[in-house]
Amino acid sequence: MLAKGRVLMASLVLALVTALFAAFALTAAAQPVEAQFWHAMGGRLGEVVQELVDRFNQSQDQYRITAVFRGNYSETMTAAIAAYRARNHPHIVQVFEVGTQTMLMSGAVYPVYQLMADHGYEIDWNDFVPPVLSYYSTADGNLYSMPFNSSTPILYYNKTAFAQAGLDPERPPETWQEVEEFSRRLIQSGAAECGFTIGWPSWTMIESTRAWHGLPFATHENGYTSLDTQLVINDEFTINHIDRLARWQSERIFRYGGRGGDAEPLFINGQCAMIIQSSAAQGGFRSAINRFEWATAMLPHYGGEYPKVNSVIGGATLWVLAGKPAREYEAVAAFLKFLSEPEQQAYWHKETGYVPISRSAQALLEAEGYLDQNPDQRTAYSQLTYSPPTPETRGLRLGNFVQIRDVIEEELENIFRGQKSAKQGLDDAVRRSNQLLREFASLYQ
Amino acid sequence: MSLLERAVFKNRWLPYVLVLPQVVITLVFFFWPAFQSLRLSLLRVSPFGDRVFFVGLRNFQQLFSSVEYRISVVNTIVFTLGVTFVTLIVSLVAALLANQKIRGRPLYRTLLLVPYGIAPPVAGVVWLFLFHPAYGIVQYLFSFFTDWELNWYVDGAVAMALVILTSAWTHLGYDIAFFLAGLQLIPRELLEAASVDGATPFQRLLHVTLPLLSPVIFFLVVMNMIYALFDTFGVIHAITRGGPGTATETLVYKAYKDGFLAMNMGSSSAQSVVLMVLAIIFTWLQFRFIERRVSY
Repeated sequence: MLAKGRVLMASLVLALVTALFAAFALTAAAQPVEAQFWHAMGGRLGEVVQELVDRFNQSQDQYRITAVFRGNYSETMTAAIAAYRARNHPHIVQVFEVGTQTMLMSGAVYPVYQLMADHGYEIDWNDFVPPVLSYYSTADGNLYSMPFNSSTPILYYNKTAFAQAGLDPERPPETWQEVEEFSRRLIQSGAAECGFTIGWPSWTMIESTRAWHGLPFATHENGYTSLDTQLVINDEFTINHIDRLARWQSERIFRYGGRGGDAEPLFINGQCAMIIQSSAAQGGFRSAINRFEWATAMLPHYGGEYPKVNSVIGGATLWVLAGKPAREYEAVAAFLKFLSEPEQQAYWHKETGYVPISRSAQALLEAEGYLDQNPDQRTAYSQLTYSPPTPETRGLRLGNFVQIRDVIEEELENIFRGQKSAKQGLDDAVRRSNQLLREFASLYQ
Repeated sequence: MSLLERAVFKNRWLPYVLVLPQVVITLVFFFWPAFQSLRLSLLRVSPFGDRVFFVGLRNFQQLFSSVEYRISVVNTIVFTLGVTFVTLIVSLVAALLANQKIRGRPLYRTLLLVPYGIAPPVAGVVWLFLFHPAYGIVQYLFSFFTDWELNWYVDGAVAMALVILTSAWTHLGYDIAFFLAGLQLIPRELLEAASVDGATPFQRLLHVTLPLLSPVIFFLVVMNMIYALFDTFGVIHAITRGGPGTATETLVYKAYKDGFLAMNMGSSSAQSVVLMVLAIIFTWLQFRFIERRVSY
């Protein structure tokens, strides 16, 4: 027993000494300036991130970026925060859009606009797609984190089922009235079991659907101008919309299939003829669907008095954390500059389906003829740039947004399972969310 | 016991050195986090920890006045009782059957114990593939006979039943092992005497076997409850993530969600403290009653 303990101890000491030597050897030999990059892109997406990092490292020999996969978005953010508190945080961390306000208020961030200016990089921010830029900028237009993977909800429809139902497969529904009408035709003809389903319920049905109709999500310009913001989603528009979904559910026009990407199988295996889901699902659909033809279209709209503006984005950005030696930020700035270039953006878009973040990247894809061959990949971009974003549609800036989205989706589920009326559920969602907003504000008074 | 009673160490420090690793592990992994939870439960902390406010018992007050917390208390009670009794009854039946003199008995016994070796998240995924509303095999088979949809994305009761069954299934092996051991301790003579007196197999079960098994049953009730309360996070996380709505959000799941997804460490710690009190009560129950044996 004792002998075993001694062996263990000895090997521990040995390991420690080796590690120390290795560390010294590395610092002694290190010419390039190193910077750490934590991301949340698993699987195929992770490979593409690594490829971009490799390309950057090979493109020059002054800087070296090390990319580390830290789990899903929540795990990555939690890990980065814990590391920051222990003072061994990475230089760059990928944070999802709902974490924006938390990052902004943290005091732990080196704003990207400032980083780029400090290191002499002139970036034409006006080249960026407006709803992408505005989501991560302050109200006065300063960009705080580097847009990386952005997506937006779009409509996917099963062309084969449309043809079977006697609908024109080249004519997707443009209005919600048509969604209802087409769904009935699809079900009656037996071409599909259900009309449509949705992914990311709060993001697609409330956040984006409201912005698409020019309606705000919260007071004080969706929280951009004050922490004292409150949700306004229990108005007539959203109550009617959610109430319609709940009623459609009993007729199988709509079928609820869970949060995030949980509903995707319903579309993939042909049960539902349409799905409203992130534009970033295209890659997955392309490899998973081979039994039918499908295409994409912009989000349905109610028309009438409502303008068509833009949908909001989802996805993540790269935040630069403060508190590192000045020289290392040179590496960070060079890497972010590299990522923002049209070539990298075009590559990222082709491999993943995330929207290109700049007009010049989009122009490059057009010039290459890529978008003519893959016209479905134009949808998200067209929708994001449909009209210039207004203060009501440029993005959402809410503290505790992770919880708020969770609360909204909980209440939506309560509505969809018939436990609450649409009004009751949305009133409760607003009441609970406002409490979370007040709690967040009280931390920063 | 008597053999070990007077074990003597020649070096008087050696016994302390030998227990030291366990003491250190307990301090670092149990006492320190418990202390941290107690401390954090009295604070409100910003996600990055740059702002800390002492709020006294406000986290607890908010917790007990929140509708959502009460819902999760009710869910936990339903879930715990469900898991405890489903596991108990199914494993008792399985153990009785596996205790019969049948061919291939060792094989049956082994197979019955296997689910216990499967990690809860894996069990969750297996059941997900069986019961998923869109691609589940069971749903597919159902579609041939009935129009009824097993859609637990919109049906809270189905979701609850599913997580109860999955959690019970992963825990069956544990109960079966104890039941089998208990059954083998029942003296043959008693059962034979009952047979001679003309008792039917069911009467023998009811009047001989079950009373003699009561210490095991009581022990398992407590163990199953502890399992259902504290050890079923993986299953719920893999299948329903607490949904639909809050239909399967148990106390442990809520503490995780509020702490690690929402980064509200104050409230999450307050919830952990409540769970800690529960754990202490259960441990006390266990020591108080089980050590004393159940009388019959």
